[in-house]
Amino acid sequence: MNKFLIMVSGFVKYKDLLYELVIRDIKIRYRRSVLGLLWTLINPILMMTVITIVFSHLFRFDIKNFPIYFFTGNVVFTFMVEATTNSLFSIIGSASLIKKVYIPKYLFPLSKVLSGLVNLFFAYIAMMLVMLVTGVSFGSAMLVSPLLILYVAMFTTGLGLILATVMVFFRDIAHLYSVVTLAWMYLTPIFYPSSLLEGKASWMLTVNPMYHYISYFRSLVLENHVPGIEANISCFLIGFIFLVAGFYIFYKKQDKFILYV
Amino acid sequence: MNENIIEINNVSMMFNRSKEQVDNLKEYIIRIFKKNLFFEEFWALQNITFNIKKGESIGFVGLNGSGKSTLLKVIAQVMKPTKGEVKVYGSVAPLIELGAGFDLDLSARENIFLNGAVLGHSRNEMRKKFDSILDFAELWDFVDVPIKNYSSGMVARLGFAIATASSPDILIVDEVLGVGDFKFQKKCESRIGEIIKNGATVIFVSHSLEQVMELCQKAVWLKNGQMVMYGDVDEVCQQYKNC
Repeated sequence: MNKFLIMVSGFVKYKDLLYELVIRDIKIRYRRSVLGLLWTLINPILMMTVITIVFSHLFRFDIKNFPIYFFTGNVVFTFMVEATTNSLFSIIGSASLIKKVYIPKYLFPLSKVLSGLVNLFFAYIAMMLVMLVTGVSFGSAMLVSPLLILYVAMFTTGLGLILATVMVFFRDIAHLYSVVTLAWMYLTPIFYPSSLLEGKASWMLTVNPMYHYISYFRSLVLENHVPGIEANISCFLIGFIFLVAGFYIFYKKQDKFILYV
Repeated sequence: MNENIIEINNVSMMFNRSKEQVDNLKEYIIRIFKKNLFFEEFWALQNITFNIKKGESIGFVGLNGSGKSTLLKVIAQVMKPTKGEVKVYGSVAPLIELGAGFDLDLSARENIFLNGAVLGHSRNEMRKKFDSILDFAELWDFVDVPIKNYSSGMVARLGFAIATASSPDILIVDEVLGVGDFKFQKKCESRIGEIIKNGATVIFVSHSLEQVMELCQKAVWLKNGQMVMYGDVDEVCQQYKNC
């Protein structure tokens, strides 16, 4: 309990550093680019346009409101992949800082998740723009979005912490993880209907945390329906378990980082 | 009121001096099969025990590789000692190596906020100190230039200015002053002197024994990771010079 309190007090003291790290990420990402911050809006829209053209002409799926169907899946999934991949590199990438100054190390993966959330915020706005254009109505269920985002953020943080820890000791994980995310993306019904996997392969949907989160989000945006207790509990538990596991593993190994980084 | 502000208790630090670092799976598995998961122990510090009182200025002297920087990092809590413990009862501003906490792509202006945050200060606090930091570092002409374009002396000036701007309880200075010109050295010495007068504790590492004897009251002589002598700065430096 004592250690937990120390961690929390450390967090309060270093909240400014967290803020600075996130700002730095954003600044460096868009420095010297002409459109700058606009890219966070334009990128998802461009992606969606390409995918919609490809999939409505090449593969005919009977999905109502395909652009938003795709968008909801893409926005959440991209956030997760981006945040976890950046977290993976966050410790070794900050090696020079860690070796010279005392900083609570969990701030690095955490700042990557927060940067990802900033991007998610803009992607969400882009999604609302597309909803206006394609005529999908805004329902009050969308107001529950922050809750869903919280669940995903918990899961992403936990996973990011685990990946960051493993990366310090085994650099292979970077290559492995990029393949994992690719496969994961194809196994999640982002641009195809989930009916394709139901039936014999439906276990693949059940064990896929992103499927749960994306279905929840689609339920809010497309069906204007807030999922019931069961969905909320499962989404929360997945996030919570990963978050706790992530912090535990990170905490256990963090004193050795400086020797291997 | 002269209580301990840093307590170093039987601290030992071990590093793995394995000739090849194993950081991928293939190597690891091969090594397990070959049964030589090579781990060669290197004790950078061995059983270091002493206390530093509040308001003292203490110098660390020793040959290269004797463990001075390692001991500083243990005190700054950058590293956890393999054995023993360090208790620190105040805020620490470490100047270990040039440009610690700097991001090379950002300008001096942005780095002041970032580095300030690394040391635990909010943006508002750093805004108030902004002018005095740049005045000390004499870098007004280069405020918005990315740090990667600075000379090493400029980086040292900026780093020192930021670290000393916030009146830390404990200031750790590790050989960074060696990079500056004599004007800079003089400025740093006088600022360190001011900080000491205001009651802060200073730990100073330098190969320039004159600087150590001038600024410090006590000194520690480290040799091969062990504490050979601890005491009055003149005595210790004399012994060290004659070794």
